[in-house]
Amino acid sequence: MSRFRELVIAAALLACGPAFAQSAPPVALGRPALPQEIAAWDIDIRPDGVGLPPGKGSVKDGEQIYLERCAACHGEFGEGAGRYPVLVGGQGTLTKDAPDKTIGSFWPYASTVFDYVRRAMPFGDAQSLTADETYALTAYLLAMNEVVKDDFVLSKENFASVKLGNVGAFYDDDRETTEKAFWREPCMKDCAREPAKILNRARALDVTPDSKTGPKVE
Amino acid sequence: MSDKTVNRRAFMTAAGLAGAAVATGARAQTPDPLITEVQPWNKQLGDGVQANPYGSPSKFEKHVVRRDVEWLTVSRESSVNFTPLHELDGIITPSGLCFERHHGGVAEIEPGKHRLMIHGLVDKPLVYTMDDLKRFPGRINRAYFLECAANSGMEWKGAQLNGCQFTHGMVHNVWYAGLPLKALLDQAGVKTNGKWLLAEGADSAGMTRSIPIDKAMKDCMVAWNMNGEALRPEQGYPLRLVVPGWEGNMWVKWLRRLEIGDQPWHHREETSKYTDLLADGRSRRFTWIMDAKSVVTNPSPQAPLRAKGPNVLTGLAWSGRGAIKRVDVSLDGGRNWTTARIEGPVLPLSLTRFYLDFDWDGRELLVQSRAMDDTGYVQPTKSELRAVRGVNSIYHNNGIQTWLVRGDGETENVEIS
Repeated sequence: MSRFRELVIAAALLACGPAFAQSAPPVALGRPALPQEIAAWDIDIRPDGVGLPPGKGSVKDGEQIYLERCAACHGEFGEGAGRYPVLVGGQGTLTKDAPDKTIGSFWPYASTVFDYVRRAMPFGDAQSLTADETYALTAYLLAMNEVVKDDFVLSKENFASVKLGNVGAFYDDDRETTEKAFWREPCMKDCAREPAKILNRARALDVTPDSKTGPKVE
Repeated sequence: MSDKTVNRRAFMTAAGLAGAAVATGARAQTPDPLITEVQPWNKQLGDGVQANPYGSPSKFEKHVVRRDVEWLTVSRESSVNFTPLHELDGIITPSGLCFERHHGGVAEIEPGKHRLMIHGLVDKPLVYTMDDLKRFPGRINRAYFLECAANSGMEWKGAQLNGCQFTHGMVHNVWYAGLPLKALLDQAGVKTNGKWLLAEGADSAGMTRSIPIDKAMKDCMVAWNMNGEALRPEQGYPLRLVVPGWEGNMWVKWLRRLEIGDQPWHHREETSKYTDLLADGRSRRFTWIMDAKSVVTNPSPQAPLRAKGPNVLTGLAWSGRGAIKRVDVSLDGGRNWTTARIEGPVLPLSLTRFYLDFDWDGRELLVQSRAMDDTGYVQPTKSELRAVRGVNSIYHNNGIQTWLVRGDGETENVEIS
């Protein structure tokens, strides 16, 4: 730690009150993280490819892994079994009544697929795939979404070349400008000309759990 | 007569309610046996101390529970349940009633086996044990609301679920103890190009979110204590991140790793999820702040009005931008409003409790509440939100809720013009 930073910390601690003024040096708690420890936990991937492990995998190998490890929930064709997430299709639905937000139609970055599969899939058996298997599976998911061809082999080296179609459709939170009208002085009296009319009722849908029965205990 | 009373009377007149109160102080015809006869609990000994070493609610409160909506999700391990807001009062949510949202079930972690790692763009990558954290100087305790960005998300296309537990129950308010995240980051020494922080959980979902370093340094906490006791397992025991005013998904539970980087990671929970799809097919991302919102919890569909005459309307208001400044209530679907009585602590980034004492003459009411925060933001109507965002954004629905109270007191979730 630099002498400058020590001074900054000392100043910050002084500002917190006299009790801290005496313990100005850095707190002697915690220990240095070892490189092997960081490597074991640092599994995150970024869109620019930072974090990708060495390895590669083909669409063809990915199909086999998918059928064995993923299809039971996500369906043989990525259509989603039951209510498990749909992985394929949905292009052209984002402005429609029921958008299908899949890897192909919505996700901005392929790195997110690799990262998520690597850390959280298969559901209930996370972090059980090897790096090569994760490359293969990611390649297959991209092929199912027609982002890459069926003979594609995905690797650390060519990962950054894979682009998803919806990447340009995301922009940073702009509520403070586009919703500026919500900062205002609200109306208190005679705010509407007509009495309010009821447009729809939750009761008509009848999808609320019965409050008279307790929650199911499994 | 105070100004407040005058205002309330004027409002009641506008709502057509004044002077119509029905006397409810019913005259007893026969003596009440609960008074005239000795009851078992007046006579017999009750349980001694230690009958219940970690106390639980009265057996007469069994109906006060978190509930889920089975059709919402396919697996309870990746699902959500809801806080019974209509059964609560004050501003603090009891630990065992705080709604749950997991992506890979509740991780069961022995505290002695938990580690917190800080690495990436820092001078000194560090590992802490829970004991280290509990010895660390500068501990703080604070109350903050946590609201899931998807709270009220099922209501974008119209009234769907009949109960404030289900429409608004993905919120809780907890008093945390722990450390300012800044204390740990300063110890590690964030490099000048360290602009983002990745927080990661130790659960089987390996939950991750990217957080700007300014927010991390400003008011985030690592907390191990809620409402005076250890975090509940379902709330991230032994350690969770607290990200005041920002969407609940960022409050990573079972927190094990903090990585400093120079760019956001764009992981699943900030791309595929927790981005807001607008009507034109484009999506807002990094919509972290929870805008001002409120809901009347009583009356509501699960807590109908039981009698004419004096009644207490109450509810909760909160804002991720600051403190609640004012809450207005309408009984006529938003044509006329009166300012509710805020009672109890008004803390920034915390639930705030409001009341309106009123006389009900049995006529139909369209009950609404409208929160205003100290930045001047006023909770919008659902139509105003839809005009800007469409109906497909799932997240950040902070529109004004309407309850229809019918002549018999039964209360329904409705949408109005």
